[in-house]
Amino acid sequence: MTHTRYELNKELAQMLKGGVIMDVTNAEQARIAQNAGACAVMALERIPADIRKAGGVSRMSDPKLIKEIMAAVTIPVMAKVRIGHFVEAQILEALEIDYIDESEVLSPADDIYHIDKTKFKVPFVCGAKNLGEALRRIAEGAAMIRTKGEPGTGDIIQAVRHMRLIQSEIRRIVGLAEDELFEAAKTLQVSLDLLRFVHENGKLPVVNFAAGGVATPADAALMMQLGAEGVFVGSGIFKSGNPEKRAAAIVKAVTNFDKPEILADISEDLGEAMIGTNEEEIDLLMAKRGE
Amino acid sequence: MHIGILALQGAFIEHAKMLDRLNVEHHEIRCLEDLKKPMDGLIIPGGESTTMSKLLLDLNMFDQLQEMIIHGLPVFGTCAGMIMLADSTSNNHVKTLRTFKIVVKRNAYGRQLGSFYVTSEILGIGEFPMVFIRAPYVESTSDEVEVLARVDGHIVACRQDKQLATAFHPELTDNTALHQYFLNMCE
Repeated sequence: MTHTRYELNKELAQMLKGGVIMDVTNAEQARIAQNAGACAVMALERIPADIRKAGGVSRMSDPKLIKEIMAAVTIPVMAKVRIGHFVEAQILEALEIDYIDESEVLSPADDIYHIDKTKFKVPFVCGAKNLGEALRRIAEGAAMIRTKGEPGTGDIIQAVRHMRLIQSEIRRIVGLAEDELFEAAKTLQVSLDLLRFVHENGKLPVVNFAAGGVATPADAALMMQLGAEGVFVGSGIFKSGNPEKRAAAIVKAVTNFDKPEILADISEDLGEAMIGTNEEEIDLLMAKRGE
Repeated sequence: MHIGILALQGAFIEHAKMLDRLNVEHHEIRCLEDLKKPMDGLIIPGGESTTMSKLLLDLNMFDQLQEMIIHGLPVFGTCAGMIMLADSTSNNHVKTLRTFKIVVKRNAYGRQLGSFYVTSEILGIGEFPMVFIRAPYVESTSDEVEVLARVDGHIVACRQDKQLATAFHPELTDNTALHQYFLNMCE
């Protein structure tokens, strides 16, 4: 029996399941996230809400900041690179980061090609709005998928839309006859092998998290009930009134996502949630970056 | 035979699938009520030990679980599960159950690039596939602990009476021998 680096990388994502991955912008926030029960942190200079506000070109974070965060916690540390920017990814691999997020939150570096993630030893997570995007990213070597949602808005509608679409497309593929898979692979622009896996197993071949717009324990539990295997929280924690308490509540909500009594209890008195922006109020749709 | 699987965070579904293959009933444990349901043994899965420790405390399950293990409930901890059972950790402190007289080094092989696969001998089982993901290993044990496997000189599987722990993930392979070994301990 052989066991490839890619399998080990998919397996790290399996260990993150049922957990919350939190955006942090310094070592202090990373420690707060770990103490609140985060299963991993995403190290970045600015959280998506501030990237949105600042405008301009957004790039990989300063390696110094990423190293400080890696030194501050024992849980896995992830960091973002621009879509298609394989040199930023090479730099993060040199830092021995645990996971790279090839992310639409940053300004894309390439409007045609994503990174060939099979060339790397460290694992990648990528965003997807639908089954086709998810399977294309996996074909490129992604070891984990997350919904794109609409980052930095505090609005859950897009993450819900993406998760529902992925799940309903999976159900449709499961129901197809064997000889209909060829046409489906062509229409979705995905590899037949990966589509066959979905047809036979009723799930993606890698772990699938929810991301984008999660601001409350109820948001996190909603995504879990819709089929997410875990949750990323970006701006929702450190843009809120009481980050420690909210972070811990979201962690508990992901564990007990189907117990309304527990959700009611932990949703109490969390202070102010991030203000948020409705989707019709925003100019820049990050989810459209990289199909 | 009925096994409880601690399902606060991590790879608990993988353990459930192993038990399915062995035709053993099981239930997920996510809150205190789940912990009070009858069971013949308990599995603590891989995941993040800091997350599990925090949730055990926040959900008021820590003392009850510790009590149950001290009173003889058979338990099997893999990776983070091994850390949770340990008497202490030699680095990066996390609050553990302290029922298993071992000292564990966390992230002992480094970050994700240090994760690896190897086959090695387990006492009483034989050659076994071992998947190590940001894994710990056991640095020292007290006399009542039986060492079941070593890799590169480090202890990666051990047993103390009704407690079994591995630094690797048998639930990520298709080899059910270690799960069967644990079920025999539960009888």
